[in-house]
Amino acid sequence: MALVIKNGRVIDPASRTDRVADVLIVDGRIAGVAPDLSSPQARVLDATGLIVAPGFIDMHVHLREPGFEHAETIESGSRAAAAGGFASICCMPNTKPVNDSPTVTSYIVERARRKAIVNVFPIGAITKGSAGEELAAIGAMKEAGAVAISDDGMPVMNSRVMRRAMEFARSYGLPLIDHCEDLNLSAGGDMHEGANSVRWGLRGIPAAAEDVMVARDLLLAELTGARYHVAHISTRNAVAMVDHARRRGLSVTCEATPHHFALSDAQMPPYDSNYKMKPPLRSVGDADAVTAAIAAGAVSAIATDHAPHPGSEKMQEFERCPFGIIGLETALGLALERLVHTGRISLARMIELFTTGPDSILRLSRGTLASGAPGDVTVFSTDREWTYDLNQSLSRSRNSPFDGHVFRGGPVATVVAGEIVWSL
Amino acid sequence: MNAGLLGIEELDRAEIEAILTRARDFQPLQSQSLKKLDTLRGKMIVNLFYEASTRTRTSFEIAAKRLSADAVSITASGSSVTKGESLVDTLNTLAAMRPDAIVMRHAASGAPHFLARHLPTPIINAGDGAHEHPTQALLDARTILDRRSTLEGLRVAIIGDIAHSRVARSNVHLLSKFGARIVLCGPASLLPVELAQLAPGVTLTTDIREAIRDADVIMMLRVQLERQHEAAFPASEYFRFYGLRLEHLDLARPDAIVMHPGPINRGRELSSEVADFQRSVILNQVENGVAVRMAVLERVIG
Repeated sequence: MALVIKNGRVIDPASRTDRVADVLIVDGRIAGVAPDLSSPQARVLDATGLIVAPGFIDMHVHLREPGFEHAETIESGSRAAAAGGFASICCMPNTKPVNDSPTVTSYIVERARRKAIVNVFPIGAITKGSAGEELAAIGAMKEAGAVAISDDGMPVMNSRVMRRAMEFARSYGLPLIDHCEDLNLSAGGDMHEGANSVRWGLRGIPAAAEDVMVARDLLLAELTGARYHVAHISTRNAVAMVDHARRRGLSVTCEATPHHFALSDAQMPPYDSNYKMKPPLRSVGDADAVTAAIAAGAVSAIATDHAPHPGSEKMQEFERCPFGIIGLETALGLALERLVHTGRISLARMIELFTTGPDSILRLSRGTLASGAPGDVTVFSTDREWTYDLNQSLSRSRNSPFDGHVFRGGPVATVVAGEIVWSL
Repeated sequence: MNAGLLGIEELDRAEIEAILTRARDFQPLQSQSLKKLDTLRGKMIVNLFYEASTRTRTSFEIAAKRLSADAVSITASGSSVTKGESLVDTLNTLAAMRPDAIVMRHAASGAPHFLARHLPTPIINAGDGAHEHPTQALLDARTILDRRSTLEGLRVAIIGDIAHSRVARSNVHLLSKFGARIVLCGPASLLPVELAQLAPGVTLTTDIREAIRDADVIMMLRVQLERQHEAAFPASEYFRFYGLRLEHLDLARPDAIVMHPGPINRGRELSSEVADFQRSVILNQVENGVAVRMAVLERVIG
């Protein structure tokens, strides 16, 4: 069983490779990167004119299984991931039941083994039921396969609980990922607090709701020495604080979503639930600050926060609609459009944000094309024009603001352990 | 497809002027013994109120009847809302009965805008959350113009819970389009600074005296306790700092008028003496409500 990816421009930041070459995968592992590779009976994938990169990793996805299979399943979410160029995805624990025990973690791992077409790594809850009170079985979840802990969407408000969680996470060698939102400051809010929330009579979520939690967490990370990661960073102040902490030598990282650097509340059509998520689309200044932080190297990963919701839930009054949009299939296109084609970052840096960046946080031993590494490869174009047709999405849900968007460049093929799991 | 009336913000001056002029035609009718025209004979209007309302619903109903349209009024408590039907399904069901317009009030900002994207039937917004209440602003403008030749250059103070007020937003949009100077006044927690960007000519103050000084029009707003999800202001202090009293009126222009969208709370946002003050035009506003809504119904359906 072998696959050779011929004649693409191979960019592997981990091994400082950027040249036209072939990539040979044998028995699910990278066997070599060199010109004119071949192997008897190897299947050939022609990548002429395309970029060949290590398999992309999305460290922030909601797969909705178990419990919300009407919105997404491990299978459907993995297919959307593959179509987005992702070979590995990490699923957040806000399922039903919450992934707060090794039983649920094992269930997800087992379902993924049977149903998923990409690698799925579960993220365990910080607290039981993500209720913010009692710590979940963090060590046992790690043994069952959890790669991080997070109460994403249900942030731990009690600072003492958060301190203990960081201490445990550190002792088990797991990063702690926080969705930073002061629930008292954000209570009742439906969009970013700013000129448009006031104009439209919608209750606002101030940027300060994120900032105060980032500030608290950074102090606790310093106190505990935990590896701490800010999910979907969205504000100017949060970006500055994380960068400051990082420069001081703390083990602190953050991720940015494509929608938070590509959109702002100023571009949002009034009361359109496909623009409703948490954190909300911030001001133009915040979106610019997130983009600048990416360009300056202060952001370690691009993550989608892919959050499927069925139409029945999004077809409601704006304030009743749930938060979240899908994003797996549009992430690469948006990163190319907003970061690479604009000259803000190099192609190699973008690939880092999808590979070595998340890998260094989660320590998955992936994200490289070095010999012996898992045979995960993302093949993409930087110039092919294509239009995102939401009705063709492989996700079970249709909640995206990018329907009809014309992209320049995007995924062409996704290879997982030497198998082409998706191609155009 | 949906040529209803969702808000003032998207109307231009000519459209507003047309409605206000037509409303003036309907004013004498209100005091005649025979009050009915057959302009909308055979037309059907559904009044769908998801929020308690006496004056607006009655006003729309009377306006419809004075134009000989049939009007059906539905309140949320007696409808399929309690059976778990979604808003868009309820509206689709009503639309299938082919009314000529749906007049709608809803507690969620943007609810009529959301529905207008999915329904062919014209929707007239009778108040959506804290967003807009277009017919209120139109009847307020009609009431001011009954006493002033123009809105241009007028100094209008709007005082109270601005943050949660759809009346304030619609009035700001309308008055600004006609060149009025608008001062918004309330406690800081009910007066987000972004309000200054709502429209040209808007300034903000937390000092009621500064707001009233040289005002031509003073619009008092009801304290909308049902829309406040927290104690944004100590209720016990409200009247002391933001209640309109007779002595305040000395600061305003000598011919200044006092307005209120109702229902008024004597002793909370204005004193009883102010409510009964000779230049209080609160009941004129109510009366103009019918004429303005006739003009709106005629424009949308006629």
